Amino acid sequence: MSLELPLPHDLLAPPQLMRTEPLLTMRSISRRFGDVEALRDVDVTVYPGEVLGIVGESGSGKSTLLRMMNLEDTPDSGEYTLRLPGREDNNLFALDRYQRRMLCARHIGIVYQNPHLGLLMNHSSSGNVAERLLIAGERSFDVLRARAREALDASEFPLARMDARPAELSGGMQQRVQLAKAIALEPALLLLDEPTTGLDVSVQALVLDTLKRLQRDRRITMVLVSHDLGVIRTMADRVMVMRRGRVVEQGLADQVFQDPQHAYTQQLVHAKL
Amino acid sequence: MSLAALTRPWAATSYGFLDASAKREIRRKMIKAIAVPGCQMPYASREVPMARGWGTGGLQVTLTLVNPRSVVKVIDQGADDGVNAASIRRFVSRVSGAAETWDTLAATIVQSRHRVPEEVMREDQVLVLQVPNPEPLRGVEPNISIARQMHADADYGKLWLTLYEQIVRKGRIMQGAAYPSLVNGRHVMTPSPIPRWDVPKLHMARHLTFLSAGREKRLFAVPPHTRVEPLVFSDRPYLVEDHADLVCRRSGISGYFMNELPQDDGTSAFEVSDSNLGIKAIRHAEGEPVEIGATWYRNGEMSQ
Amino acid sequence: MPTQNEPPILRVDGLTKRFRMHHLESTLHAFENISFDLRAGEFILLRGHNGAGKSTLLRTLWRSYLPVSGRILYRSRSGDIDLARAADVDIALLRRQELGFVTQFLNARPRVAAEEIVAEPLRLAGRPQDEAIGEARHWLAEFGVRPELWRAYPSTFSGGEQQKVNLARALVLPQRLLLLDEPTASLDVGARRALVRRLADLKAAGVAMIGVFHHPGDVADLIDREIDLTTRPVSETQESEREEHVAV
Repeated sequence: MSLELPLPHDLLAPPQLMRTEPLLTMRSISRRFGDVEALRDVDVTVYPGEVLGIVGESGSGKSTLLRMMNLEDTPDSGEYTLRLPGREDNNLFALDRYQRRMLCARHIGIVYQNPHLGLLMNHSSSGNVAERLLIAGERSFDVLRARAREALDASEFPLARMDARPAELSGGMQQRVQLAKAIALEPALLLLDEPTTGLDVSVQALVLDTLKRLQRDRRITMVLVSHDLGVIRTMADRVMVMRRGRVVEQGLADQVFQDPQHAYTQQLVHAKL
Repeated sequence: MSLAALTRPWAATSYGFLDASAKREIRRKMIKAIAVPGCQMPYASREVPMARGWGTGGLQVTLTLVNPRSVVKVIDQGADDGVNAASIRRFVSRVSGAAETWDTLAATIVQSRHRVPEEVMREDQVLVLQVPNPEPLRGVEPNISIARQMHADADYGKLWLTLYEQIVRKGRIMQGAAYPSLVNGRHVMTPSPIPRWDVPKLHMARHLTFLSAGREKRLFAVPPHTRVEPLVFSDRPYLVEDHADLVCRRSGISGYFMNELPQDDGTSAFEVSDSNLGIKAIRHAEGEPVEIGATWYRNGEMSQ
Repeated sequence: MPTQNEPPILRVDGLTKRFRMHHLESTLHAFENISFDLRAGEFILLRGHNGAGKSTLLRTLWRSYLPVSGRILYRSRSGDIDLARAADVDIALLRRQELGFVTQFLNARPRVAAEEIVAEPLRLAGRPQDEAIGEARHWLAEFGVRPELWRAYPSTFSGGEQQKVNLARALVLPQRLLLLDEPTASLDVGARRALVRRLADLKAAGVAMIGVFHHPGDVADLIDREIDLTTRPVSETQESEREEHVAV
């Protein structure tokens, strides 16, 4: 069921009116795990202030790709650049361990599906946020407290519980702490890996609300990975559809959902119960 | 039939008790420790005639440093006359021919458990501190491999986080002795269980300090003129124990770190912890010609 | 009145849209070979039977649908560009700054007040918050949204009320090109009148418009031209194909 002809999207012109350079550029990313080709020649471009949704089923490679954006994994080949203030456009995969950690801590926020990956469950919620600031060198206690409070508030986390430990909180609240932690340093890029998957549906809606509001208010550039089309539809400006390590389609969110070109995308979009 | 009849009289098998191979290794590690201030260097930690947990680490460093011209002072919580301090001092003297002293000013090597003397130490002196637990991250990261990686990455976030939470939960930092400190702006060390009062003495000191843990088999160092900065928030200043106004009941001196002696009536009496300083003060008051050196604390406040 | 000697804001040339449905292995023909010009301040009404492709044409201009062939030449403030082939980010930019699309379906922003939704285009254009909210409230009132609802969340409103908020937002800042897809569908008479008034103002200010209207009579005074989409059956496969027939 594969389309041999180039998708109409492949025939589109390069940007002509958009004067801003992309924030994130990934070129020819390939990664193999033994026999399995997790990613095959993937290109990604994300412009400042936009939300890129990456949708695909399990095995599509979307989470692997996101981990690479967070510099947690390196590809077998390919390049990754972020246009950050004070940085030249060099390939981030070539950075050493320390540089990578510093860059991630300062410029990239991430929210994981599993809060245990993103949080220190037995420290306080405000402490979790403060740790981020501490790693970036903040040494004033009052500032740490104030900024932790700010970030938790922006994530619509009830401040009365700001010192509660994530281990004591519900799933939705844990995700809010992750979010606060991710935005505390006002990163250039926010990565979200299935941020609401596993939460109760009503809670999902609330967390998505918060994400949308945050994005609207702060114009944070986001890359959101999900297998849930509803989530992608709510949040994304542009969408990339992945299947078995390849990008099969990408385009404006409304276009991909209303006029999917690739057979696989059509299947995905029409397969709503 | 007696043990004496069956055995030869005891004699050290090598100078300074430790064999040449052991000393060579310790010297190498000591040089490495000086080269990377505050960074823990593992070493083999040989057997000495003392149980682990009683200062074997400090002893091994002292035995490596000692030579026939050395003058050795050993204190335990500031006192030269405690059983353990006295035993160590006599042992070192016996196996090396070095002289013993109680006077900080006269010593070339000062081995100490949990205190730094009050009189300022000079560039020709070495301070050897006994360390029970050398790993400042043990409380936040029990896995030692991860803790080592954290030191390598200069990732002390979790440690700072613990301090932050102490303030949140208790209103102040609870760390009493062994206050984690940043050495040379790079490695965080535990300065051993010396009181907070003593940590500033290590900062930009003229003397060399070694810290050695025999049971844990790690040693580290603070070279002279090296920064030692307790981890504090910029808006929560470092506070030392409130001893500035306490008076020693035996010598009458004041403005130094005191031992607290609870009395039967519920009050406390105080005696200066650096006992030799107290002794010198008494002798001086009685008219003897004693030399009391300049002290780090003057009028109860840390100078320089 | 549109000036005839100025180049058109929009030139559609041989535009064709087909939907390929892979699982059915069939093609749906939406419209074929459509060409027309649109000038500043001009209002074109799209006519045709239900299912004749009017909505599809609008959505293709908006780039919700990808055309199969043809060009959509648009004269933007920053230069000429073919919307059919433009990069996604360019389309996103134009949608924010110059193009407007009014439909009956509001993409309900969760937990954002109605007045904030309407004020947003003004804020993005640099107006200070108070001014933007003030103007937003004016337009909400114009379209008949009761003041009690201004601070409420439209996702809780009725269809008609949501539609009014939708309209207010879409029309608060003059666009260069406005696409209207049955904007009056759920509106009461008062709101319809308010809409027509606003469209008239925008038209006078030079906004080019093309729209599909449930009640074309409402906008009779605004219409400069009509485009009639007629269908004709495609021979072998029995799909219907649309052909363009321009009526002035």
